[in-house]
Amino acid sequence: MLSVDIERTLGGFRLAASFLVGEGVTALFGRSGAGKTSVVNAIAGILRPERGRIDINDETVFDTALRIDVPTPKRRVGYVFQEGRLFPHLSVRQNLNYACLFSRGMPPSEFDRVVELLGLRDLLDRRPGNLSGGEKQRVAIGRALLSSPRLLLLDEPLASLDAHRKNEVLQYIELIRDEVKVPIVYVSHAVEEVVRIADTVVLMSAGAVLAVGPAEDVMGRPDLRPGEGTFEGGAVIDARVVEQDMEHDLATLAFEGGTLTATNVDALIGEPVRVRIRARDVSIALERPQRISIQNVLEGTIADIGAERSGIVDVTITVGATTLRSRITARAVEQLGLTPGLDVYALVKAVSLDRRGASAVT
Amino acid sequence: MHLTAEEQEVLWLSLRVAFWSVFVSLPFAVAVAYVLARANFPGKTLFDAVVHLPLVLPPVVVGYFLLLVFGRRGPLGEILEHWFGIVVAFRWTGAALAAGIMGFPLMVRAIRLSFETIDRKLEAAASTLGAGWAGVFLTVTLPLALPGLITGVLLSFARSLGEFGATITFVSNIPGETRTLPLAIYTFTQTPSGDEAAMRLSLIAVLLSLAALYISEVLVRRAARRVRGEEDAVGRH
Repeated sequence: MLSVDIERTLGGFRLAASFLVGEGVTALFGRSGAGKTSVVNAIAGILRPERGRIDINDETVFDTALRIDVPTPKRRVGYVFQEGRLFPHLSVRQNLNYACLFSRGMPPSEFDRVVELLGLRDLLDRRPGNLSGGEKQRVAIGRALLSSPRLLLLDEPLASLDAHRKNEVLQYIELIRDEVKVPIVYVSHAVEEVVRIADTVVLMSAGAVLAVGPAEDVMGRPDLRPGEGTFEGGAVIDARVVEQDMEHDLATLAFEGGTLTATNVDALIGEPVRVRIRARDVSIALERPQRISIQNVLEGTIADIGAERSGIVDVTITVGATTLRSRITARAVEQLGLTPGLDVYALVKAVSLDRRGASAVT
Repeated sequence: MHLTAEEQEVLWLSLRVAFWSVFVSLPFAVAVAYVLARANFPGKTLFDAVVHLPLVLPPVVVGYFLLLVFGRRGPLGEILEHWFGIVVAFRWTGAALAAGIMGFPLMVRAIRLSFETIDRKLEAAASTLGAGWAGVFLTVTLPLALPGLITGVLLSFARSLGEFGATITFVSNIPGETRTLPLAIYTFTQTPSGDEAAMRLSLIAVLLSLAALYISEVLVRRAARRVRGEEDAVGRH
């Protein structure tokens, strides 16, 4: 459990963040400059808020009223920085074992486990200077894990990596999430990372917390769209694999409200997956279209029609217990006579899988 | 080149004086450099100026002050003799003291520069891994400052070998006790038939300086590679 309630003013920027989150992965999500890094720095004790209180697992590590300020080395918070920050004068092995020097290390069995988990065996005797960006971040994650942390902070760990490396490191982070029982706070401004790994999302903007809640709720809310441009907005749906058609490489995913088919689903039958459907990939039809390549046609009801912005309108459609969003032109709304309460068909052009597996086009 | 007994004595004394001057002043230089690089306090500029004073003062003036302060009647000289049994006036230890003080600003400058270029984010990372102030200093700050440390040691060592003015003023020119290489060369140049001996000692000084430069260059390069996080060149083919 992590409870944060802090205030700090720096120049013209005011940070006033308050939230309470439980186990699993918590994403601090928002645009750059929203104050996300300040929050994790305060949790780690690197930055001192002017007022407030921070509790980690029922231990108060910071409280201005009670004059508590546990120094950073004693907070037992693992921190993976954006740029890795490996010690250049030490080998990978020495970096991983660094916390042992200060009796924060873990037994050799744990060292081996983390090394296996993150695939670091071949890197142990290398020096950080000529590791690739992805390798550096894996070592940094391992080093933080091996410092007996009760909380792991990841501050935009993928920011300096190219797309390919991003995916690689993200897979390792997912592995850590599933294999190591340590709560994680994950800072990011990238929607696709957050929906892929977060259980809980803390949405931040301009130094304040806008929303806290389960990832699918916060990320699906149309009124809260920080940082996601007109390109990426959409709905997040938790589904389960019910069928795998190996011949066509097609998987059927069931969610509350219907089923979706997707390709390239790297998951077994019965496994939960999280899919994201971007609003720009959803079209609306009044009748069930015939002879069409689109595989996913969902029956639903229009719940809301958003305000027009440069000719574009976001339409919210409820499909069973699930909410979809469709981004269409204002003229289409007019021509089809769309109003709330109208039954429509949502044509889903693309489904991207956010938990397990790559994106899929249907 | 065969060295005479007298030359060997001079050389040995010079090396001993230089070694001890560097050895004793190094911890102080590291401390002063760290304070100048990291701390902000009122009077910092004045402190900085005082540290640099030996660099700009005539060496004779430094030697004269040392004589006043560390002479047997001087305040610190009495304390040293009474409590530690160390006499520096007109002893080789005094030569080391003079050399150490003259080389001090050079050593501090090099080490301070090194401290200032260290990425402080690495120190923050160390603290999240459990390292307290002293732990961070010993395992991150100091090792990363190694190139500057080596440079500082070399500069001050070379300065010590060449120290003349402060030494001759403070501890005089006593054969076998305070007559270091520069003093011996000076003495020979004042002797009617000393030309050849002065030349021989000068050549020794040149060789000594070249050797010190070469060794430090090799060490600095190796340390810099380490600090950049590259593999050691040894053992990789």
